[in-house]
Amino acid sequence: MTFAKLVRASALSIFRNKMRSFLTSLGIIIGVCSVIVMVAVGTGSQAQIKKQISSMGTNLIMVMPPRGPREANRLSMADVEKIRSEASYLSAISGEVRLSGSKVVGGSGYWSTSVYGIEPDFIEIRNWAVQSGEFFTDKDLAARSKVAVLGTTVAAKLFPGEDPMGKSVRIGTTPFTIVGMLSSKGSTGMGNDQDDVVMVPLNTAVNRLMRDRTIESIEMSVVREDLMDEAQAEITAILRESHKLSAGDDDDFDVMNQSEIIKTASQTSQTLTTLLAAIAGVSLMVGGIGIMNIMLVSVTERTREIGIRMSVGARRRDILLQFLSESVILSLLGGSIGILLALGLSWALKTFMSMPTLVSPAVIAASAGFAAAVGIFFGFYPARKAANLYPIDALRYE
Amino acid sequence: MAMIELRRIQRRYVVGDIVVRAIRGLDLDVDTGEFVAIMGPSGSGKSTLMNTLGCLDKPTEGSYVLDGLETSKASPDEFADLRNGKIGFVFQGFNLLSRTSALENVELPLFYDRSGSKIDPKARAKAALEEVGLGDRLDHKPNQLSGGQQQRVAIARAMVKDPAFILADEPTGNLDTEMTMEVMSLFQELNDRGVTIVMVTHEPEVAAYTKRIITMRDGAIVSDASVTDRRRASDDLEDWKKKHAALAVAEAAV
Repeated sequence: MTFAKLVRASALSIFRNKMRSFLTSLGIIIGVCSVIVMVAVGTGSQAQIKKQISSMGTNLIMVMPPRGPREANRLSMADVEKIRSEASYLSAISGEVRLSGSKVVGGSGYWSTSVYGIEPDFIEIRNWAVQSGEFFTDKDLAARSKVAVLGTTVAAKLFPGEDPMGKSVRIGTTPFTIVGMLSSKGSTGMGNDQDDVVMVPLNTAVNRLMRDRTIESIEMSVVREDLMDEAQAEITAILRESHKLSAGDDDDFDVMNQSEIIKTASQTSQTLTTLLAAIAGVSLMVGGIGIMNIMLVSVTERTREIGIRMSVGARRRDILLQFLSESVILSLLGGSIGILLALGLSWALKTFMSMPTLVSPAVIAASAGFAAAVGIFFGFYPARKAANLYPIDALRYE
Repeated sequence: MAMIELRRIQRRYVVGDIVVRAIRGLDLDVDTGEFVAIMGPSGSGKSTLMNTLGCLDKPTEGSYVLDGLETSKASPDEFADLRNGKIGFVFQGFNLLSRTSALENVELPLFYDRSGSKIDPKARAKAALEEVGLGDRLDHKPNQLSGGQQQRVAIARAMVKDPAFILADEPTGNLDTEMTMEVMSLFQELNDRGVTIVMVTHEPEVAAYTKRIITMRDGAIVSDASVTDRRRASDDLEDWKKKHAALAVAEAAV
């Protein structure tokens, strides 16, 4: 019996029971589809994060408190000053504090937004631009001026149809004068509006708006890309000295370059993607069990057919291969439909829900392979059961 | 030349604690071109003998030489090949694949052919169906055919590989008188052309169409006799048709 004949015979018996075959493959269809879509959404959002962080600026280095309880944060204004005066490879540096969910009152009402306490270098590091007015200066910083620069979203919410320049907003109990407007950066793919922001001088924020004097991060631009490693090492050394750490102590801060920031930021989404793909993989397994179930029913139902085939000369191997190829064809068919469905679904997610999706050929190949493996694995037991029937018993089966 | 040689065949089954001796030391020779009927009451060992002859079951002891080949040492695969190449089966319940056309049913033995012959299965199956008078029913499914036609498809399937002999297990058991005579006349035709046939039957009228009647009882042959006054099924069929035509005329007159 040739391979072509075998496939043809199996395909015939699959198409004889169209509805049942479809329902049997449905498990595989859903499994394959969800694996591909989950991974597509996951890798899509990772690519988005990567793009976003890369667009933050070039040659970026960030210093952050170590991951853990907030009290462990020892970054201070003094650290910023020490790096500024001692580091040799930096073109810009800014300390940063961030108050998310701050109530900003002014103009027509109030708006809850993120307030960044930063230094003038920040807009250079992060590639921001001012659309009108001007950004605050080192002088404002030193004088702890109560001046603010608004993102376009905040401006539109608080001062609809008006020019906010020169007007005043209140953050907490402190009134600030608006000196500039940022140009729009748009939203991230994840739906975060980057223009929903108010920027004030770091010193003003630390003294007026914060309860403690620690800062949240230090951001820096390195002069040239090939100096990143040296810069990172130097900053680490400066901070260890500043924090008076002795040789055996661990760093109580994290110095990260751009690729490390990307890694950290995409870690959560990667974990989530893996988890979702694993759950989808379980549904693929369940689909396989569905195939096994139907194949077992099919073997019982077609016992007489098996007997007939044996009586006209089918070997055990022929029967085994016939049932095995039926289950493999079923699962491959389900896999193919699942792949098509997944392509459609991720296209729809991208087009209609503006979710970043990225379907990789490797994932398609892997899930098709997995579907075939499921077919072989779960088809083997029923096929062997069919092949091991005794011809006489099979022929007499009612 | 002996097509079938059974020597001291024994078949025992163990059912629980009981040993059933289905065949107890049986010798049988069937020559090429014979038409043998095996008769006997239920439990006489007929079916076991059929299974042995059909290479569906192995005797516990004894030797079975089929067309010059000793089968007692054959593996399951070799048994399958013997069934494919040497034996054509015709069953009481037809045993056709449902939802499969007559042509594809007849092709089935060729599907499992391992001899590597280059014959075109479709053409060969078509020729076999034409031989049994079903050339116009190639694409009919079993449920679109009468019992007699289904049995003729089964006979075509048994014939398609030119086997050493045809083994028929109560081939007329499910058929009415007319269809029985149709099928038996077909068997007689095939036998006239030299095909060896071994057939199990309960009905003496059917056995009367064969050339030799073997009667079994308790797992052994109790009588083995040639048929002296052999009937032609085709003649009987014609008579039967005439009689019924006359009856129908008489009925219409009344």
